[in-house]
Amino acid sequence: MAEVIDARGLSCPQPVLLVYKKIKKISKGVFEVLVDTDTSKENVSRLASEKGWQIEVNRMDEDYRLVLKKE
Amino acid sequence: MTTIKNFFASRWGIVSAGVFVGVFAPLLQKWGNPGNMGICVACMERDIAGALGLHRAAVVQYIRPEIIGFVLGALIAALLFREFKPRGGSSPVIRFFLGFFAMVGALVFLGCPWRALLRLAGGDGNAIIGLAGLVVGIWIGVLFLKSGYTLGRSQKEMKFSGWVFPIAMVTFLILLLIAPQFGRTPDGTLTGPIFFSEKGPGFQHAPILISLIIGFCVGFLAQRTRLCTMGAIRDVILIKNMHLMSGILGIVVAAFAVNLLLGQFKTGFSNQPIAHTSHLWNFMGMALAGLAFALAGGCPGRQLFLSGEGDGDAAIFATGMIVGAGFAHNFSMASSPTGPGTYGPTAVIIGLFFCIVVGFTMREKIA
Repeated sequence: MAEVIDARGLSCPQPVLLVYKKIKKISKGVFEVLVDTDTSKENVSRLASEKGWQIEVNRMDEDYRLVLKKE
Repeated sequence: MTTIKNFFASRWGIVSAGVFVGVFAPLLQKWGNPGNMGICVACMERDIAGALGLHRAAVVQYIRPEIIGFVLGALIAALLFREFKPRGGSSPVIRFFLGFFAMVGALVFLGCPWRALLRLAGGDGNAIIGLAGLVVGIWIGVLFLKSGYTLGRSQKEMKFSGWVFPIAMVTFLILLLIAPQFGRTPDGTLTGPIFFSEKGPGFQHAPILISLIIGFCVGFLAQRTRLCTMGAIRDVILIKNMHLMSGILGIVVAAFAVNLLLGQFKTGFSNQPIAHTSHLWNFMGMALAGLAFALAGGCPGRQLFLSGEGDGDAAIFATGMIVGAGFAHNFSMASSPTGPGTYGPTAVIIGLFFCIVVGFTMREKIA
């Protein structure tokens, strides 16, 4: 089970910051991020792809589950 | 729809939103708005506060349709793209006072971050000092963010709570159009409750419909692209990301070009429109504003666009700014072209102290 970062309800830039800290700590692997706004989804996706992570976006009701992967 | 959505999220999307602001702000000035104030969220909210009688500085009272347009444009964009999500509850009282002091700082400098950029693009050298202060304020905010500062999570709210702020904007529009006068002075002359300047910056304005339409388009584009000056500077400092910054550069370059074309470009420090030359307080005012914006997660424009999306916390911040504008003028904290107001410097120090206490005390383990 991949680790989950719950960034729902956090205002900009905290979701990005949490992910930024995470990918600085682990240079590869898989983890999930939960966000509740399109802005956070876009920001996290943009950061992840810039840093060479693959990203998969799943919509769940009103939130998004982002799966980040790097090998 | 997805193609449009992807375009707005792209580099070119945000650049085009920036260019739109950069082209139309100088044009709004040409069509009647005050100098280097084609668009200024802080100044325009200050004028609204004056028009509502929250302060009685007679030269800065007008219900600016641009502000109404920003919120309604963002609302329509959010509804169309299914992003309208009423939410709130992330330290609202703190956000109110961050908005309050952000406005105090902005009125000591005389402008929001957008106006700082527009002043720069109009040749006003004082803007460089203000922008330097803005960067330092945001940098302090970034240090707090890195060390675990947070205002906590927002919660989903009922649909109607997201509609309240846009409805307030429609009410402002109605007040602008009918400008009721049912107040009386002691000698019986009609006065208020809506006040419009008869001279000064508040009297200078583009035609209502033009202001409203441009404001609406800016609100729409900015909601889609997340254009934000504070965010742009923050992202460069925090994660070395240039995405938002490219929109900001779009504003400056386009505004510079249009100012040149319209003959509105004039370099120098003194005799700039609605500006003063106190370097220290230009710097400190914007440092306070920058720190407050960083702690609240967005520049004043962005807070209005978020309010249009249903973000009640942003709406509280914007309300704090409008109330702050009333206090700034009533308590002689706002600057004038002759320099800082009597209590402006004191207010900036108090505001910085408040923000630093907030930065140190609002923290929580999230992940």
